[in-house]
Formats: sequence, structure tokens, C-alpha cells
Amino acid sequence: MKSFTYERPATPAEAAAAVARNPEAKFIAGGTNLLDLMKLQIETPTHLVDVNGLTLDAIEPTPEGGLRIGALVRNTDLAADARVRRDYAVLSRALLAGASGQLRNKATTAGNLLQRTRCPYFYDTAQACNKRQPGSGCSALDGISRGLAVIGASEHCIATHPGDMAVAMRVLDATVETVDGGGATRSIPIAEFHRLPGDKPETDTTLRAGELITAVTLPKPPGGRHVYRKVRDRASYAYALVSVAAVVQPDGTGRVAFGGVAHRPWRVEEAEAELPKGAKAVTARAFAGARPTHDNGFKLTLAERTLGAALHEAQAPGREGVRP
Amino acid sequence: MPDPASLDLNRRDLMVGATAAAAAAALPTAAGAASAAPAAPVTAKVAFTVNGERRELDLDLRTSLLDAAREHLHLTGSKKGCDHGQCGACTMIVDGRRINACLTLAVMHQGAEITTIEGLGQPDNLHPMQAAFVKHDGYQCGYCTPGQICSGVAVLDEIKAGIPSHVTADLNAPMQVTEAEIRERMSGNICRCGAYSNIVEAMTEVAGRRA
Ligand SMILES: Cc1cc2nc3c(=O)[nH]c(=O)nc-3n(C[C@H](O)[C@H](O)[C@H](O)COP(=O)(O)OP(=O)(O)OC[C@H]3O[C@@H](n4cnc5c(N)ncnc54)[C@H](O)[C@@H]3O)c2cc1C
Ligand code: SF4
Repeated sequence: MKSFTYERPATPAEAAAAVARNPEAKFIAGGTNLLDLMKLQIETPTHLVDVNGLTLDAIEPTPEGGLRIGALVRNTDLAADARVRRDYAVLSRALLAGASGQLRNKATTAGNLLQRTRCPYFYDTAQACNKRQPGSGCSALDGISRGLAVIGASEHCIATHPGDMAVAMRVLDATVETVDGGGATRSIPIAEFHRLPGDKPETDTTLRAGELITAVTLPKPPGGRHVYRKVRDRASYAYALVSVAAVVQPDGTGRVAFGGVAHRPWRVEEAEAELPKGAKAVTARAFAGARPTHDNGFKLTLAERTLGAALHEAQAPGREGVRP
Repeated sequence: MPDPASLDLNRRDLMVGATAAAAAAALPTAAGAASAAPAAPVTAKVAFTVNGERRELDLDLRTSLLDAAREHLHLTGSKKGCDHGQCGACTMIVDGRRINACLTLAVMHQGAEITTIEGLGQPDNLHPMQAAFVKHDGYQCGYCTPGQICSGVAVLDEIKAGIPSHVTADLNAPMQVTEAEIRERMSGNICRCGAYSNIVEAMTEVAGRRA
């Protein structure tokens, strides 16, 4: 790990200003993604701004009937919050499907959204990777790409966003709240937060340099049945091959987003109109234009079947997520 | 989480505690000026309670909580397996919660209450979970065991506190201690010898005794 200096600012604006004035500075929250990458010298900040002392760890109701989740709320606490379990069960389920108990105790809401979009070659510093070293090439294109993107990728990068929470946030129409170094605040709809790789795969999100996430807000509860279904190579503690976050209403309409298939959580609103017709109709539209690699065409079949299973689960009796 | 006032104090402690050069480097640089990488390792003082005892250390900022315990406090019970949060051998209980001590910086734990395997029980005074691991052969080589036991103790507390898991059927019903719950919740602790079924038995026995 490269040497760095360290500070603990007292306010969000101070924290943002500290990172804004130093291009080599980074915020550190739970540290579970950043330190992992610093140990491999994939991330080499020369200054760390520890945000853990900023009191951004509350979950509060909003005037609109939704919830405002502080950036520092730990994944465990968000998943266990009674309001989230009752009204946004898809979010609890997604969080609980991710990482391990130890990691969820540390991982924060903002840090989870900002874990790097990546692939195994990104971790291997001996291999070319446009995301790690812009312009060096993409080792995954002709390499092992079984776990990588089937849609929305570019010839520069085919990595997938690895997170579970973000997929649920996408289906819930969350908004990311930020403050910048000058104290200005901004609200970013989750749909505009994560980027597709295009010719700038080194940039995962639309967050600006030095912009601090202060909270993520959820609109009022969507009702319906909530399902998060994750398919992975082992039963627990593995990233998704494909995941589905679904909110399904009694009349069969609803919303659905997919994880593990693209550089960002994948939701195609027009495809949701097909939900009453079943999984095949939805995935046919959601994945129109998909370009799987030689290795990962199975994900298209898997996405359809996972959605089918999720819709089946949404109809099963005795599920939570039904508003009394 | 400590209250903001104590964090403020801690911050001052940290700055005062850092070596002169480090303190200067750790202070915000003038607006617009980008600071270069520090040439020498930067150190800072940190104080926390480990197994009931207050400890003060002067550490390279890069020191993980795991290395602080093993290399500086000579508490070598917590193990370094992968050093990337994947295996769970480094699991400690910090402020009542299990975490991977390898993926966190020691300086980020000013004022924390830390329990390692050495603090749970001693050879002549075993914690019930340690005794149950012995009775049920919850290990073979023993390398992952300290992490397994710390995790096991915290898992039963998590179930008691009503924190749900991936296999919890109803998020809004009271939590149960079942084999499926234990296996899911312990998935962040890998055992290459494969002592899993005996670990489940040990934890089940302790959970039963507690109930
Ligand atoms: C072994 C392992 C398995 C995992 N499995 C899964 C999984 O199955 N599913 C899953 O979803 N995730 C998984 N993860 C990833 C884990 O969820 C993330 O590491 C975690 O959520 C990151 O949160 P953090 O608070 O620790 O972030 P940090 O590591 O502290 O920060 C991550 C990034 O966010 C930035 N940042 C942090 N807070 C802010 C803020 N307030 N404003 C602006 N920028 C900020 C940091 O500068 C950094 O760039 C796994 C991780 C590990 C190590
Ligand atoms: S897919 Fe993206 S992250 Fe992976 S090697 Fe290619 S450029 Fe790097």
C-alpha cells in the first residue's frame, strides 16, 4: 500500500472541500472496497478523508412519505430497519444477498453504491485494463468473460457493476443526494448515477470530483410484492451471475431491474409494460440489442428464468412486502 | 458509533499525536494545491480498548486493525488468511459487531471497544463457544478457528437482536436459530478443512443453552 496522509473533517462540506482541492484524495467510509484496492495499489490515494465521524447515519422519514438514508448507514442497519423491511423489502433482500455479515457491518450506503465496477482483470495488475489504466486495452474481451456484461458494454470495457443494493435502489427510483466542495447540493436520480463504459470506462458514475454523497432518498413505498433473486456460483457469499429486483403489484404490473448483466443496474422501463405477459416478454425487450461474448450467452437465458422464478415467488402466499 | 463531540476530541488527539511532519502533511493543503505522495510513512497515535485493556499505539497510518493486534499488541490469535476480507480468519468484534479486521485501518478505531479471541476466554476459562468448538470438533488445523468463534458469538447476538439474513423466510417475523440460518450467517468464514457441520453443531448447542 502506498503511503498517505489522513484527516477526519467535522462537517460534510469540509470533507467535500478536502477532496475537491486534492485530486489524489479519497473519501474512506467502511473501507471494504477502497482498502482492498489500495493493498493491490490499484487505488493509490495520497490523502484519505475519513467520513465516519460525519453524522450521516440516520434513516429518517421524508415529507413526501419516503425515507432518507444517511450515506453512512451500514448495510446491516439498513437491511434490518423495520420500515425498510416492511415497505421496501426488495432493498433489505438485496442487501442481505450481498457480501458477508462482517462486511455488511462495515459497508456503508454510499460506499456500496461506489464500489468499483470491475472484472477479475481489473484486479490483476499484470494485465491490460482500460478501467485501471486508460488506453491500455481490455483483457476481458478475448479472455474469460463468463461473469461479464451482456448488454450496454463497449469495445473498451465489458465489466459489470457487482453490487446488489444498487439494483434494488434502481427499481425503487432512489435519488442520490450530494454536497460539493463549495457547499452546493445536488440530487442525482439513481438512473443517472451509474454510467455505461463507452470510451471512458475509468469513470463508473456521474459523481464529480470531491462530491460527497450525504444521503440516498427513497420515494414513498411502491406497495406490491418485493422480490430480490440472485443466482451465483455458490449458495452464499458470491457476486451475482444474474440478479433480479422486482416489485410486482396484485394486477401483475410492476417494475424490474437486473444485476450482473451490465456496467450498471439494468432497467428498461418500456419492458416493464410486458410484465403481465410474463418473463419472456419482459426480457425480450429488456435485452434487445444484447451482445453477449463467446463466454456468457447463458446469462440471457438465465435472466429470463430468474425473472420467471421471481415472478413466481411474488405470487407465492405468505410473502412480506404486502401492505396491509 | 461514538458521539460527534468525542470524535472531535479524537481528531485533535490524532493531529497532536502525529509526528511534526505528518501533522503538517495531514492538515488540509491550501486551496487549489494538490499534495504529492508523502515521501516517508506517516504515523499517528491511536487509542482503543482491546479485551478490556486500554492500549495506545503510534502506527504507520497504513496499519490494518489486524496488523495492529498481531504485530504491535502481539495478540496473534486473530489470523491473517487472505488479507482481503474474503476468508473471515481475521474476524474481531468491534463495538459489539463482527468485522474483518484486515479491511479496516487501526487509526479509524479511535476509542473503539475491541474483542479478539484472546478476550473471549482463556485456556483455563473458556467462553461457552470455545468450549463447544472443542466438544464438537469444530476445527481441524485450527487456523480459521479464532475467526469462526468470534463470528459465531456475534451471529447468535445478531439473531437475538432480530437482524434478518438472506435465508430468513419472513423479514417481519421473529428470527430463529436454525441450521440454515447459521450456515448462511457464517458464510463469511471459510474453513479449508471443512469442519462446517461440527461448527453448526457447536453453535446450535450454545444457542440452545442460551435460550
Ligand atoms: C469478499 C467481498 C465480497 C463482497 N461481496 C459482495 C456482494 O456479494 N454484493 C455486493 O453488493 N457487494 C459485495 N462486496 C462489496 C461491498 O458491498 C463493498 O465493498 C461495500 O459496500 C463498500 O462500502 P464501504 O463503505 O466499505 O466503501 P469504501 O471502501 O469506504 O468506499 C468505496 C468508495 O466509495 C467512496 N465513498 C465512500 N463514501 C463516500 C461518500 N459518502 N461520498 C462519496 N464517496 C464515498 C470511497 O472514496 C471509495 O472510492 C463484497 C466485498 C468483499 C470484500
Ligand atoms: S472489462 Fe473493463 S475492467 Fe475488465 S479488463 Fe476490460 S476494461 Fe478492465
